[in-house]
Amino acid sequence: MSLYQDLKYAISDGVCYAAQGVTPEGFATYCPRYIDGFLVTLELLLLSSALGLSIGTLVAVARVSRQRALRVGAWAWSYIFRGTPLLVQLWIVYYGLGSLGPEKLGILWPFFKSGWAVGLAVLTINTSAYIAEILRGGIGTLPPGQLEAALSCGMSRGMAMRRILLPQAFRVAWPAYGNELILLMKGSALVSTITVMDLMGQTRSVFARGYSLETYMYSAVLYALLALLLTAGLRAVEKRLRVA
Amino acid sequence: MELLGFGAEGWGDDLLRGAALTVQLAVVSLAIGLTFGMVLALAKLSRFAPLRWLAQGYTLFIRGVPEFLILLLAFFGTEKAVAAGAALLGLEGGIEVPKFAAAVGGLSAIFAAYGCEVIRGAWLAVPNGQIEAGHSVGLSRWQIFYRIRLPQLWRIALPGLGNLWLVMLKDTSLAAVLAIDELLRVAKVAGEVTRQPLMFLLAAGALYLVLTAISDKLRASFEARANRGMAR
Repeated sequence: MSLYQDLKYAISDGVCYAAQGVTPEGFATYCPRYIDGFLVTLELLLLSSALGLSIGTLVAVARVSRQRALRVGAWAWSYIFRGTPLLVQLWIVYYGLGSLGPEKLGILWPFFKSGWAVGLAVLTINTSAYIAEILRGGIGTLPPGQLEAALSCGMSRGMAMRRILLPQAFRVAWPAYGNELILLMKGSALVSTITVMDLMGQTRSVFARGYSLETYMYSAVLYALLALLLTAGLRAVEKRLRVA
Repeated sequence: MELLGFGAEGWGDDLLRGAALTVQLAVVSLAIGLTFGMVLALAKLSRFAPLRWLAQGYTLFIRGVPEFLILLLAFFGTEKAVAAGAALLGLEGGIEVPKFAAAVGGLSAIFAAYGCEVIRGAWLAVPNGQIEAGHSVGLSRWQIFYRIRLPQLWRIALPGLGNLWLVMLKDTSLAAVLAIDELLRVAKVAGEVTRQPLMFLLAAGALYLVLTAISDKLRASFEARANRGMAR
């Protein structure tokens, strides 16, 4: 873990050394903090999008399951997490559940105590609900003959889902998923309200020192840069997914 | 449980007042955001290139930057502007920041950036032949806009705008961080005072769910009304 931390420090030192002189003074002074925060944001984004995609896929499959209980459960999952603000979800877990304290939470306490862990978990759950809806829409666009053909070939429902329906649903859903990824990136800024020092957290603490609006502008540029990078990456994947 | 009740002891009425402020925040931002979004859409459709670039740059920026950051920028920007204005008028301190206005500014700026794309798409979806037909029967440009373009644009844009409304309704919760007494902030404060944060935050979550559910119903009935007379 400390090796990883060292790596992050090395990156921010390297970037800030290179950025010296070419960036405004207001930025250069606090550069390592911005870059540290940027890396935390990136880390949360990568982890929560990967985990959220896995959970979201499971929820989407449950949405079209033959078992009523699974369908209802998956529907409720999407309805609740899409119907309430992300900030409320973060606060419910961190300030609400977290207030139960170590006596009641037992071995779960280290999780609830850590803003980072709670942030990651809530971002993951939140994005999984949106991804499930997107994927369900993707599955819905496929002609029913696809599933029937797979079943009549002797595939089990699970295999038909894995090999026939989901790959096509992913292709249909990719542009919408890209939008969701950008929204997740922007939503991740809210973890700064539960003590996480992501890019937004660092920005707010730098702002508290100098009280200069520039602080927010620098951070906005960094976020916009990240959005641009993500968009370019998503486009590249979309090209590969397109069938000839 | 009596803490959720009404009256002097309970926080129920405070929560509802918070919810009312949440709705108020969202509705005012919707009105301003729609207007601004329309202007942006017109800029994007303009024949004058710099105007198009300006609008394009604006949406690119807003869509890439966290809503939270934009709200903080609007808040502290307003604060600085107020302070500067006060200094200019020779007033000394003690001037309150118009928090509500700042939040509305931030929220409607975000809504407009997304809304203009929806409006632009709907604008282009109205067939050109209809506009030409309007010209040929001698309608003025304003009449064409008001009688032909707008009603159809509204119908086409409604689902997209409805989605954006839901997004904005949820984004109003960010105003809690700016110490505006909307639903989430009331719940947070109530939780701290009574030492029951879980109960009050869950109650706030439930109220948000009610608000989004009502919005969904309203959207459906608006859409049904806008689509009346359309073949299914």
